[in-house]
Amino acid sequence: MHITKDLVAASATPLVLGILAEGESYGYAILKQVNELSGGQLEWTDGLLYPLLHRLERLGHVESAWEVPPGGRRRKYYRITDQGRAELAEQRRQWAAVVDALRGVWNTTQSIKPITAPAWEAGR
Amino acid sequence: MTVARNNDLEAQIAEWRAYMHRRRELHRTDAEELEDHLRSRITELTEAGLRADEAFLIAVKRMGSLDELSREFAREHSERLWKQLVLPGEPDAPTAARSRRELPVMVLCAAVAALAIKVPSWFGFDMSDDDGGFYARNLSLFALPALAAYFVWQRRVGPRVIGVLALPFILGAVIANAYPLADDSQSMALTAIHLPLALWLVVGVAYVGGDWRSDRRRMDFIRFTGEWLIYFSLLGMGGGVLTAFTVGTFNAIGLDAEGFVQSWLLPCGAMAAVIVSAWLVEAKQSVIENMAPVLTRVFTPLFAATLLAFLVAIAWTTNGVDVERDALILFDLLLVVVLGLLLYAISARDLTARPGLFDRLQLALVVSALIIDGIVLLAITGRITEWGFTPNKTAALGENVILLTNLAWSAWLFLGFVRGRMPFARLEHWQTRYMIVYAVWAWTVVLAFPPVFDFA
Repeated sequence: MHITKDLVAASATPLVLGILAEGESYGYAILKQVNELSGGQLEWTDGLLYPLLHRLERLGHVESAWEVPPGGRRRKYYRITDQGRAELAEQRRQWAAVVDALRGVWNTTQSIKPITAPAWEAGR
Repeated sequence: MTVARNNDLEAQIAEWRAYMHRRRELHRTDAEELEDHLRSRITELTEAGLRADEAFLIAVKRMGSLDELSREFAREHSERLWKQLVLPGEPDAPTAARSRRELPVMVLCAAVAALAIKVPSWFGFDMSDDDGGFYARNLSLFALPALAAYFVWQRRVGPRVIGVLALPFILGAVIANAYPLADDSQSMALTAIHLPLALWLVVGVAYVGGDWRSDRRRMDFIRFTGEWLIYFSLLGMGGGVLTAFTVGTFNAIGLDAEGFVQSWLLPCGAMAAVIVSAWLVEAKQSVIENMAPVLTRVFTPLFAATLLAFLVAIAWTTNGVDVERDALILFDLLLVVVLGLLLYAISARDLTARPGLFDRLQLALVVSALIIDGIVLLAITGRITEWGFTPNKTAALGENVILLTNLAWSAWLFLGFVRGRMPFARLEHWQTRYMIVYAVWAWTVVLAFPPVFDFA
C-alpha cells in the first residue's frame, strides 16, 4: 500500500518525537524504528529525516550532541527536551481527535470496507 | 578480495562525499551525519548478503535525490539559503531566461527611480529653491515604488499582493502632499523621517513575495535591510569620489560642473543606488560574505565597553543626564544601534549553537543600554509634564518606549538562553513578530500625528 506524501509528512513529527521519548537515538536507528513500527508501510526518503530533525532542534523540541560510541564512528545523537515532551502530548491529543473522527466515519459508512488499519495507528 | 572491495566502496563513498560538499546548503557536519547514515545502511545491506557496490547503489538511492535533499536543507536553514544565488534543482528554461533578464530589469527599475526624481522639476518644483520641503516629504516616493516593483517582478508576486502593495504607496503620496504641512514645522520633519520607514516595511512585503506571515522570511528581510544599508553606504562613498573628480576635472578646464552635480548626478545617483544596492545584495550575497554580522562582531564589545564606562561615569560623578530635547533623540538612536547589533548577531547565529562568551557580551550590552535609557526616560518625563507635548517630543518618547519594550523582553529571553533554559529560536521569533509594531508606529506617525497636533 502506498501512503500519500501529505500523510507521511503530517505524521513525521509525532513519530520522531515519540521514538525519542523512549530514549536518545540517532538518525538511522530512528528510521529503522519507524519502519518496524509501521510494518514497512511508512516509506520515508532516508535523507529527508535530517532536515526534520534539525527543525525540531531549532524549535527546541530536541537537542543533539556528537558522540563516539566505543569502537564506532562519530555519530550525532538526538534527545527529547521537556518542551518536546509537551509538544508530543499536544500532538497526541490532536491525533486522537482525528483518529476518533475517522473511526466514526468508518463505522457509519459501512459500504467502505476497511482494507488495513490506518498507518498512523500502526505507528502509534 | 575483500580488501579490494572495501577500497572500491571507500572510493565510491569518497566520491559521494565530494558531491555533498559541493552543495553550499549542506554544511560539513550535515554531510558527516548523512555519511554515517549511508554507511549504516550499507552495512545492513551487505550483512543481508548484498555485494558492496549493490549495497552502495541502493543506499544512495534510498537517501533521496541530492537536489531534493539540499532543497529541504536550504528550506530549514534559511540562513544558509541566504548565501546562495538561486534555489537549486529547478533549472528549467523559464528560470534560466529570468536570470538572464535580471540585469536589464534591474537597470530599468533604477532608471525609473532616477528619472522619477526629475519629473517634479518639469512641473516647476525646483530642488534648489523653496521647494525643498516638497522633496523632503516625497523622497521615499521616488525610489521605493521602483524597488517594490523590482521585487514584485523577481518574486513573481500575484496580482492580489500587488494590489495590497500599491495601496500604502498611494496613501503615502496623498498624505505627504494633501496635509497642509509648513516647511519649517515639526510635523513636516516627522513625515520626512517616518514615511520612508513606513514604506520600507511595505517594500518588505514585496521582498518576502507576499509571504509576510513567515518568521523565517521576515528574518531574511531583516538581513537584507542590514546588507542593503552597507552596500548603499559603499555606493555613496564611491559616488562621493566620482562627484569630487567631476567637479575638480571640469574646474581645471574652466567649466563649472556644480550645477550638473547638484541637479542631476546627486539626486539621480542616490535614487538609482537604492535599486542597485538591493540588486547587489540579492545577486552578490556570496561574493562578500554577509557584512552586517561581521561588523556586529567587531562593534558589540566596543559598544558594550563604552556604555559600561558611561554608566560608571554617571555613578562616579553623580551627574544627572542633561535632558534637552536633542538628548532624547540621541538616546533613541543609541537604542536603535544596540537593537541593530542584537538583530544582526541573531540573524547570523547558528540557532542550535551553545551560548558562549559573545552572547554574554551581548547581554551586557543590552542590559547597560536598558539601564541608561531608564535613567534618561525618568529625567525626560518630568520635563514633558512640565512643558507639554509637541509632535517631536511625542514621537521621540513613543519610539523610546517601543524600543525599550523590545530590548527589555529581548534581554529577558536572552538571559533565559544564556542560562540554557530557552531555545534561541524564541528570541528570533520575538524579533520578527515585533516588526508589526514598527510598521504600526511608523504609519501612525505619518497618518495620525499631523492632524492630532494641528499640523504644528
